[in-house]
Amino acid sequence: MSSYLLRRVLYAFPILLGVNIITFFLFFVVNSPDDMARMHLGNKYVTVDAIEKWKSERGYDRPLFFNAEEEGRKKILNTIFYTKTVKLFVFDFGQSDSGRDIGYDVSERMWPSLMITLPILILGLFLTISLALAIAFFRATYLDTFAVVMCVCMMSISGLFYIIGGQYLFSKLLKIVPISGFDDGFLAIKFLLLPIIVGVVGGLGNGTRWYRTIFLEEINRDYVRTARSKGLSEKVVLYVHVLRNGMIPILTGVVALLPSLFLGSLITEAFFGIPGLGSYTIEAIQSQDFSIVRAMVFLGSALYILGLVLTDVSYTFVDPRISLS
Amino acid sequence: MISFVFLTTDILLFLLIAALVAYVIYASRHEHLARPWKQVLCNPLATGAAVMLSFYFLIAILDSIHFHPTIESPVSKDVQYSVRVSSVLDLVLGSIIAGTEKTYSAPFSVYAFSKETLVDEGGNMIREYPRLRHAGSHLLDPSSRLNDILTRGAVGIGKGLLSWIFLSAIIIVLMARTQKLAIRLIVSKISWGQFSLPWRTFFLSLGVICVLVALCLHLCPYYHVLGTDQVGNDTLYQALKSARTGLLIGTLTTLVMLPFAVIFGVSAGYFGGWIDDFIQYIYTTLSSIPSVLLIAASALMLEVYLSNNADTFVSVTARADLRLLCLCLILGVTTWTGLCRYLRAETLKLRESSYIDASRAFGVAPWTTIWKHVIPNVMHIVTISIVLDFSGLVLAEAALSYLNIGVDPSMESWGNMINGARLELAREPVVWWSLFAAFIFMFVLVLSANVFADAVRDAFDPRIRELN
Repeated sequence: MSSYLLRRVLYAFPILLGVNIITFFLFFVVNSPDDMARMHLGNKYVTVDAIEKWKSERGYDRPLFFNAEEEGRKKILNTIFYTKTVKLFVFDFGQSDSGRDIGYDVSERMWPSLMITLPILILGLFLTISLALAIAFFRATYLDTFAVVMCVCMMSISGLFYIIGGQYLFSKLLKIVPISGFDDGFLAIKFLLLPIIVGVVGGLGNGTRWYRTIFLEEINRDYVRTARSKGLSEKVVLYVHVLRNGMIPILTGVVALLPSLFLGSLITEAFFGIPGLGSYTIEAIQSQDFSIVRAMVFLGSALYILGLVLTDVSYTFVDPRISLS
Repeated sequence: MISFVFLTTDILLFLLIAALVAYVIYASRHEHLARPWKQVLCNPLATGAAVMLSFYFLIAILDSIHFHPTIESPVSKDVQYSVRVSSVLDLVLGSIIAGTEKTYSAPFSVYAFSKETLVDEGGNMIREYPRLRHAGSHLLDPSSRLNDILTRGAVGIGKGLLSWIFLSAIIIVLMARTQKLAIRLIVSKISWGQFSLPWRTFFLSLGVICVLVALCLHLCPYYHVLGTDQVGNDTLYQALKSARTGLLIGTLTTLVMLPFAVIFGVSAGYFGGWIDDFIQYIYTTLSSIPSVLLIAASALMLEVYLSNNADTFVSVTARADLRLLCLCLILGVTTWTGLCRYLRAETLKLRESSYIDASRAFGVAPWTTIWKHVIPNVMHIVTISIVLDFSGLVLAEAALSYLNIGVDPSMESWGNMINGARLELAREPVVWWSLFAAFIFMFVLVLSANVFADAVRDAFDPRIRELN
């Protein structure tokens, strides 16, 4: 187990390096720092001095990969690639283009994101699994067909519709919760309620249909026939035998998502004005803050790889037939 | 003389259609492809969805034939061309849909949305809702509006039904000719659903489209059926124009990524060894970047590039077109990894089969084996993933445009419509029609695509659930 984990962690390094090379290529090779400076300072009437000043303030005035003017080790260390990219590996994100400490911002803003994504995940999982089991119980009846049609319809509605419709219905017409905003501590709950409901409802169609397929697949297995032939009731078969075995793919799928919960949801946070990492990224995109976007790309991939490792590990816990070696 | 303009995406769309036609001809001659497709069409829901999809495609094709419109010049007798680029759809809709108003107006309204200072007959200044310039201007008395709408609507529906009967009659006569059956027999077989293909559903969905089109033809010149937006453009017109953007993103993205996914996936599975390691490394790296962030980062860079090279584009349309193409490329980069992984897994299985062994034993070159024996046997996965990806991509476009990392703001798209209208829900009375139009058009397209994709998946490989 531990040797497997070690191997996975070591394997993560080349992938993260690859991610960094891609972002580095996107941000510094496709467009030179001069282009970025010109974009930031406004395209017209930009003097060379202004560009140089912008670059040196943010540390973009070094060569890309190799600094010929420096001595010894500094030939490689004093370059954009080292200062801007390699430092990400120790989660040292440096400063944003507007001069704020990215590491501090990230540690502050991941909590609001988590306060939305975690309840959505738990509530959504509970609801979709219950619904899917109920549909599997009534399989091959009109109720089943109706439920599947509803699921497909719900999947076909744009996520934006749920958000806008929810805001209009609950905030404007019924005036139950505020449209957007955020508060500290327990006062935040009235702002969180609507995004959580919208998130759960938006994922309902896809999730239910997906879990229904999983359960229906399990129902046709031999062990289910054995359980039935022993005279167990359909309820016991479904809720004890099928549910436990169907949970294996569901749980491992969820575990893969866990780390990325920190990143929040870009669109939900933007619509509801929640100061999480999602809206942080959007603000960075809109103000064209390249350092933040780069840091978020790195963070996102690191969390994704963590999710992959956790998935493998979780398999060994929920399914004793699988061992990591 | 018409001066045609060929935008890059136009050419790609026409290539796509040519490929589609070639595929249909090829599939109809090969039993292993013809049978699953026939099974798809035997599903009534899928047939209805296919009719709707073809209607959207028709709109997109009409909107993809671009040209410079001619302008009358008082000075010279030579034909002058406008710098503006318009399409056949613009030409058709321009003569049907009522002209531009000043600002918002509700569906079927004859009055503008906001009050203006007007001068009445006595010369007094009054604050009043002004009449619209184009909608309902044929009515002397605005109170007769409801009657007018109903009579025009009824005439529209009637003509729609007539044209439906006419169209159906032509198809039925053709069917009678080819099948050598009496027309009466065919009609009764269709209406009782006795053909193996669901002709009844086909005719019903054709009828729905006929009636809708005829209704539009009768109402659109006189009213703004779905209202107007902030600058007074007809919402229905915008929603129809957006169909092209949505369809292009849904299809071109897959088209762009397909060669990479197939070549990489198949060769990783077939050759194994360091090639497999290398390709796995590439797709793990790419898929580990959260797709929204990769799209955002690339869109950001694209914006820098576009703003620094603003002079190289002949027109705004060309610029928006390049941006759309780049968006397809970027989306393609983020979506090909999934397909690549499935193809690799499937090829790993195929590699062990005896016919591949036989091919190897005969000394056939690896790439010939791949081309002749591996790729035809993984094509069902490709087909399924093309249709399954489509709806997700259409929905993604709306979300990305909202984040300002989607299509060019000057381009009509459902995402841009939603983005422009979402703040207007705070107004009193509510401006709901832009959102409504965008969501409805998107919903119908995505629903049809989902239904069709399900049927395709069931027909080609019901066991594949991972591609869900």
